[in-house]
Amino acid sequence: MNRFAELLDRLAYEPGRNNKIKLLVAYFRDTEDPDRGYALAALTGALSFKHAKPGLIRDLITERADPVLFGYSYDYVGDLSETVALMWPKAELPGHNNPPPPTLTDVVTTLRTLGKAELPAQLARWLDELDETGRWALLKLVTGAMRIGISARLAKTAAAALGDKDPHEIELMWPGLSPPYLDLFAWLEGRGDKPVNRDPTPFRPVMLAHAIEDSDFANLDAADFSAEWKWDGIRVQAVSGRDERGHIQARLYSRTGEDITGSFPDLAPSLHLPGAIDGELLVLRDGRVQTFNVLQQRLNRKVVSPKLIKEFPIHLRAYDLLGDDETDLRELPFTERRAHLERFVAKLDDPRIDLSPTVPFASWDELAAARADPKSAGAGDDADAVEGVMLKRRDAPYLPGRPKGPWWKWKRDPHIIDAVLMYAQRGHGKRSSYYSDYTFGVWTSGENGGDELVPVGKAYFGFTDEELLQIDRFVRRNTTEKFGPVRHVVHEPDQGLVLEVAFEGLQRSPRHKSGVAMRFPRISRLRWDKPPREADRLETLERLLMSMTGN
Amino acid sequence: MRPQDILMPVPAGLCCKPGGFHIDPVRPVERALITHGHSDHARPGHGAVLATQETLDMMRLRYGDDFAGSTQAIAYGEEIRLGDVTVSFHPAGHVLGSAQIAVTCKDTRIVASGDYKDARDPTCAPFELVPCDVFITEATFGLPVFRHGDAAGEVSKLLASVKLFPERAHLVGAYSLGKAQRVIALLREAGYDAPIYLHGAMEKITYYYQERGIPLGELRPARGVKKADLAGTITLAPPSATSDVWTRRFPDPVTAFASGWMRVRARARQGGVELPLVISDHADWDGLTATIAATGAGEIWVTHGQEDALVHWCKTKGLAARPLDLVGYGDEDEGETAALTGEANGGETTA
Repeated sequence: MNRFAELLDRLAYEPGRNNKIKLLVAYFRDTEDPDRGYALAALTGALSFKHAKPGLIRDLITERADPVLFGYSYDYVGDLSETVALMWPKAELPGHNNPPPPTLTDVVTTLRTLGKAELPAQLARWLDELDETGRWALLKLVTGAMRIGISARLAKTAAAALGDKDPHEIELMWPGLSPPYLDLFAWLEGRGDKPVNRDPTPFRPVMLAHAIEDSDFANLDAADFSAEWKWDGIRVQAVSGRDERGHIQARLYSRTGEDITGSFPDLAPSLHLPGAIDGELLVLRDGRVQTFNVLQQRLNRKVVSPKLIKEFPIHLRAYDLLGDDETDLRELPFTERRAHLERFVAKLDDPRIDLSPTVPFASWDELAAARADPKSAGAGDDADAVEGVMLKRRDAPYLPGRPKGPWWKWKRDPHIIDAVLMYAQRGHGKRSSYYSDYTFGVWTSGENGGDELVPVGKAYFGFTDEELLQIDRFVRRNTTEKFGPVRHVVHEPDQGLVLEVAFEGLQRSPRHKSGVAMRFPRISRLRWDKPPREADRLETLERLLMSMTGN
Repeated sequence: MRPQDILMPVPAGLCCKPGGFHIDPVRPVERALITHGHSDHARPGHGAVLATQETLDMMRLRYGDDFAGSTQAIAYGEEIRLGDVTVSFHPAGHVLGSAQIAVTCKDTRIVASGDYKDARDPTCAPFELVPCDVFITEATFGLPVFRHGDAAGEVSKLLASVKLFPERAHLVGAYSLGKAQRVIALLREAGYDAPIYLHGAMEKITYYYQERGIPLGELRPARGVKKADLAGTITLAPPSATSDVWTRRFPDPVTAFASGWMRVRARARQGGVELPLVISDHADWDGLTATIAATGAGEIWVTHGQEDALVHWCKTKGLAARPLDLVGYGDEDEGETAALTGEANGGETTA
């Protein structure tokens, strides 16, 4: 447990992805089975036991320590598990034979079978046996509040790195594996065969596209590519397969492989033929594709009520077919997969699933025209939900990851405003010595009649390294006030820095003082030439918002 | 005589009327007794200063030769009569030359301990327990969540990280007087014998430690060293510098910070510390409570830090205790803390 705690402790402070992987690999290499397997399970959220409630932890500490001192300490530290871990007074154990601290395996296997009534005494015993970091990790684990900035994907990537394997291979077999993953580690260390996934509905690593730049077209032949609309929904993979008894099972995965079937019970019955569709999840009302703003209201809900299902009818628009029954199609060229897809969707014959139409074009200019006006180029009334076009090489197989060349995304031009830099904050990791997070604002009429700037968003990318240096220098030389890591930067009508901000969409937001929130804002240009007084006004954004929502 | 007639807090600091002096005054006074060289305790501009030789030397290094009207060095254990009281200095274990000051008047003895720690430190004399009637204690880490643990363990954490990331530089933020030298000495004890690099602001005081015979191994200025040559090295820097433009000369630096505050995650994360090292020059909760009990003092005055919790603890042990309202101390640690949230020592150090 102490070794695992040390790992969590270090990961919690490490901002860099590659460094996190390095720490994880070192842990997997140096730790024995089955401890490392349970650690992998803890990091991927694959452990299941009843979590302890904060009240239980609080009772444990106030039985052991002065409640007044606990109160002062909790006020200061601000985190219950951490406070208890730090101040836990170890019981004076009789004799010299102190039991060794529990291993992660001890903790996990005990918790699986432990009755509720026995939990407090068992926790107290473990807290006595562990050191500060061990106690902290234990309490985070049993309260189910790990939050240390590690995704399941990253943990699997690190496991793959241990055996110099492709993380996609682990992703493929993952649904068939269970903690403590002895067979997985045996294979990674070259001591065993590759584990076989017997899951009838496995996730297949997704293929992603690069954003195309103007300069790329010169080297590309329009005849090599097929185009279709890029729909502004959620990329998903819908997989159906037959279980051991021959029954159809259906699963819906996010593009990262997260199982989101439970959130869309209305779609599952439509996936009644074995196969794997790569597509976009959309909300359709009266046959019309709704914007992302509408779809978003259906996402991240704990409870999927019948009312929600009725108001936000879900739909799958199919881009690609990765498997048809038992046949893996991923090695076939796109045109052949597309033919399979068309037959598959026709056979499904389900109103909730349709084909993503192709956009015919003979030259890049023709496609540029379609992209500029999807409405008259075939998207019709659904044009508002089109984010741009996707280009796919006709001869390209379906490759996991983001290979450069076969797929391109060509988004519609983003919205642009000129805003004024108001506050700057230090970045993290490599950027910790740079002011790289910017809050920017636009003009609005203030309460006292004059104009004032109101913050409308934050951006921390889009600029080049050279531009970062320039902004950093500007921030340091033009700071008016400092609040911890945040600097107030001069923003007067005649003094300040105008940033050209590009963004994908706008939404009303009662949480922001300005009342609007931007989607995907980034710095597209530095306008050293422009005095802040000429930056945009809030009214511009409000007009844009009206035109986007159409009301 | 009541204890408060011997020593009482006034705006200038702790005043001893019968002896005609102040202890660690925050404003210029006629006669000052100084516990140690940290800038919140040792300030320039006093008429006469009585302190250990090391403390006087450090003040001279910091403030120049004319930092006081006159100076007098006192050895540990030596007794000096001032007015109606007798004073003596005893090792506080905080930094090189640090002292607790015992003030005895008739049969009452008060010990003003300044900043102290009871943990082992290879760079200064160990804390000496001085039995007394009234013990004035600091409370920087006066909460039971502060238990510093073994500093050697923290140093091995640093060395493990250097081993894991040989292509990166390790920057250790540490206060330039005391902490930095202790970290270096601990690294040497752990068998690390490569050159250790220093930020410009560290050089003078660290070389002074070496002059006083404290072995710190080979030290080099970080100034002017090629970026690539700093891979796999350890550099000590003032906390404020570790988030400064100065760090750009290092290859993908790992930011470590040696401080008792590092025990609390939120404090460490706030400042973007990647490798917190719990190494403190102050007594932790167990050290404070054990020391208070061991002095045998019936009355405890608690200053700078978490007074409330420590006063509460004293009362539960049947000791008379009260917070002593002294202002202006703890700046040394505030400096550390401010550095965590961004700026200290006036911002951009490029030394």
